[in-house]
Amino acid sequence: MKNMTRLGLGLLLSSSVAMAHAEDVKIGMITTLSGGGSHLGVDVRDGFMLAMEQSGKDDIDVLIQDDANRPDLARSLANEFMQRDDVDILTGIIWSNLAMAVVPAVVRQGTFYLSPNAGPSDLAGRMCHENYFNVAYQNDNLHGAMGAYMREEGYEKPIILAPNYPAGTDALAGFKHLYEGDVIDELYTQMGQTDYAAEIAQIRASDADSLFFFLPGGMGISFMKQWESSGVDIPIFGAAFSFDEILIKAVGSAAIGARNTSLWAYDLDNETNHRFVESFREAYGRTPTLYAAQGFDTANLILSALEVAHPDDQDAFREALRAADFDSVRGEFRFGPNHHPIQDIYVREVVEGDDGQPTNRLLGIAIEDIQDIYYEQCQM
Amino acid sequence: MSVTLLIEQLLNGVQLGTMLFLMASGLTLIFGVMGLINLAHGSFYMVGAYATAAITASTGSFLIGLGAGIVAAALAGALVELIVIRRLYHRPHLDQVLATFALILIFSEGTRLIFGSSPLRLSPPSWLTGFVTLPGDTRYPIYRLVLIGVGVAISIGLYLLISRTRLGMRIRAGESDREMIGALGVNISKLYTLVFALGAGLAGLAGALVGALQSVQVGMGEPVLILAFVVIVIGGIGSIKGALFGALLVGIVDTLGRVYLPIFFRAFMPPSEATGVGAALAAMLIYILMAVILAFKPKGLFAAHD
Amino acid sequence: MTNPTSSGVAEASLAPSADSHFSRKGLVQLTLLGLLLLLPVTAYFLGHIYYVNLASRITIIAMAAVGLNLAIGYGGMVSFGHAAYFGLGGYVAGISAYHAFDFTPFMTWPFSVPGSDNLLVVWLAAAVLCGLLALAIGAISLRTTGVYFIMITLAFAQMIYYFANSWPTYGGEDGLPIYLRNGLPLVDTTNTLSYFLICFAGLVLAMAITSRLMKSRFGAALTMARLNDVRLATAGISPYPIRLIAFVISAVITGLAGALYADLNGFVSPTMLSWHFSGELMVIVILGGVGRLYGPLAGAILFVMMETLLGGITQYWQLFLGLVLLGVVLFAKHGVMGWLAGRERNE
Repeated sequence: MKNMTRLGLGLLLSSSVAMAHAEDVKIGMITTLSGGGSHLGVDVRDGFMLAMEQSGKDDIDVLIQDDANRPDLARSLANEFMQRDDVDILTGIIWSNLAMAVVPAVVRQGTFYLSPNAGPSDLAGRMCHENYFNVAYQNDNLHGAMGAYMREEGYEKPIILAPNYPAGTDALAGFKHLYEGDVIDELYTQMGQTDYAAEIAQIRASDADSLFFFLPGGMGISFMKQWESSGVDIPIFGAAFSFDEILIKAVGSAAIGARNTSLWAYDLDNETNHRFVESFREAYGRTPTLYAAQGFDTANLILSALEVAHPDDQDAFREALRAADFDSVRGEFRFGPNHHPIQDIYVREVVEGDDGQPTNRLLGIAIEDIQDIYYEQCQM
Repeated sequence: MSVTLLIEQLLNGVQLGTMLFLMASGLTLIFGVMGLINLAHGSFYMVGAYATAAITASTGSFLIGLGAGIVAAALAGALVELIVIRRLYHRPHLDQVLATFALILIFSEGTRLIFGSSPLRLSPPSWLTGFVTLPGDTRYPIYRLVLIGVGVAISIGLYLLISRTRLGMRIRAGESDREMIGALGVNISKLYTLVFALGAGLAGLAGALVGALQSVQVGMGEPVLILAFVVIVIGGIGSIKGALFGALLVGIVDTLGRVYLPIFFRAFMPPSEATGVGAALAAMLIYILMAVILAFKPKGLFAAHD
Repeated sequence: MTNPTSSGVAEASLAPSADSHFSRKGLVQLTLLGLLLLLPVTAYFLGHIYYVNLASRITIIAMAAVGLNLAIGYGGMVSFGHAAYFGLGGYVAGISAYHAFDFTPFMTWPFSVPGSDNLLVVWLAAAVLCGLLALAIGAISLRTTGVYFIMITLAFAQMIYYFANSWPTYGGEDGLPIYLRNGLPLVDTTNTLSYFLICFAGLVLAMAITSRLMKSRFGAALTMARLNDVRLATAGISPYPIRLIAFVISAVITGLAGALYADLNGFVSPTMLSWHFSGELMVIVILGGVGRLYGPLAGAILFVMMETLLGGITQYWQLFLGLVLLGVVLFAKHGVMGWLAGRERNE
């Protein structure tokens, strides 16, 4: 709460303070802070602000606004940031559909956009742009990595499940692309569906040896709770979007044993990550999720580029971003030609922690140096 | 195999239906007795689930949590009735829609202010987890059977309440003639508060029971609310019997549609397209059902009164 | 609508206040409309583009609410599904631009229909399609009354929402971007101010049509259908076709606003079709004052400003929005316009 009031104060003061120094940098953050699934936005914001605070810079203004998960509101906020506040950099959007509504117009108007979460395929491919950088992942990354992992682990008859919307069909396509074998069946659920009895019965009726699903947020919680008492006993796999530290605590014991792919884990062994996890816990009293890690990395990437150039010098600043010369909590980090990360994807297993609560434990690397498949369509 | 799948899906449909009935019966009672259209009914569903999750976590007992959830929702209902709703009875439906729409915003964001943005944890108690094996080697979760049982018990209880008790008599009187119960010397405002709290309590019970199967999060009441409205409109607004019938119809049609429409389209389409078309149509199915029913029976299947 | 600077249009809609030149109501109406026009123009020449876009947003939302007000306020038809027309109008603009951009035909059978990036074509198509949709939905829904009508209009809108959400061709839940704003002959629509003026002309035209309509014999019949349809029937006029026509006109106005909104945002998505948006439109109508010509405008200004200002102050802004709305419905029975300009109409 204390942090919030300080942010609020910062918001009120920012416009007047910014006038004072011409060299100041303004960053606009549009993220989802209200409504269902808002813990993603809260974590991106908290991770981002933690890095900003640690940098000790006082010439950077971060303006934060809530998009309430509505594309038209996000678009209007982007206008507000660009046309009224004259921000240099925009960031913060959580959902792919909001990113699609906002990003193309933002980068076309000459503002930098750094994505701390969403990575729709169009922005990696045919609609890529020199001012757009994705610091998180391309949407297929985690699903594809799980496909590769499950093939390697010898699962031969997976059944796969996702909501019937673009990110859902993309997820299953991404999985199949790197699984490279045949899946037994593909099930599509409705967006925002809360009862999965019908799907679970179908999975039971099939003779699948494993289940891969992509059900982000509350959908994943509902599914796993209902899965637990269904008596179907095949192993389940997914992407971190259903298994962040906050979600699995809401799921409870039903999540134990599930394996999931993530671009980051809190027990990943590197110096930057140790410091990040420790300071995040100290500042906010909870274990960070991958969204917090992505927010933290996004802020540090910006900070590293600001060391080199001011965003007004577009070419120099862009080159500095492209170099990605910062210490990532993920270990090694670099950009591909379409400004999307080429990175290792890890596998984690949900186990019972010391406090009896479920938590993720790092198992190893699912796939090394994964790169999205859209970069060839990208011409910048 | 496909027969057992069908039986299992029918059970799932009935289970969804009984939970919808808990929501719809309160909505339809409130409309029948007070003539009020309450969009905030889903908020009581959410209150029930949050209170149950919080109390279960601190006491360790699901039953105590469940009781607390019902009480909390009923109390919230009574409070809202006393402060806001009773000013709306004589106002047009439009004002009721706006006021209860505002209540949704207040409840949702208020809950987030108190409990934070993260979903809460709520699981069925250990003695209700696991499954039973039904004839034909179908495994069915015990908890879902319990939900069906609770739904049946509540339906019988409501029937007895309305047909056998003094309160029920007044409710029936209120439904058929609002002026009359005043003439009978019944304290109307107390009756209204009571009926509203009863409806809210039932919604809270549904939220608590279903919350153990789903995600306890802000906004969880909205999809259920829309479904419950479809139910009472199909059944005939104000009719408990209609709500029961409509709930089962919607529960079964929705569940079966989701499973069998994609399968149906696969008979003459490539699989990936079939699942897409099937899922899209399945999502629209109950609304199509409602439109067709209202086209032929503009007051629903069991219209109680206008 | 093609000539945003035409002032003849504006006078037609200002007419209701003409008979009471110096009345409070006339003054308030004139002030509202004048400020809506003058502030963005001033902001534009001072270089504050953002405020021009904000004004465009307010204007379009107000226009959509003018459409809904015709159904709710004047026709007594409480539609909880006007997002369907708003969204359809938006999708017409989006899909048309998509095919024009790709040079692919929208359909090839039974005859070939190409996409178009001409706003006149887009508006015509949006008006016709929204009219047809409203004709179908209205024909069924108007057989019901009261709460049933509220719910069946909601159900139809939900049906279209789910369809748009899961139909992959035009982006499904991701929505559909419009890369380049649809254009008009002789007008640079990408210019912020010209686009605002187009929207403003649209709003004024919609209000003028409503005003003219309500003063005609048709309007009298519609009012009678709302207040006492039995008496209308004894006069030999069937209320059903009157209501249906009003419902269709209402939907067309809201649909055109949707097309404008899509081009303003450069984007269309299923959220334009969601029941939340239907609810917000109703809120705006009630907030401004039901059945008042300037009500939707006052409501839209207040609602969008609250959304914008509260959102900047606290992440719990929707809580305060709810409290304000509740206050309005409980204590300001006739909306903002009722409060500003005095009571207009007896319930």
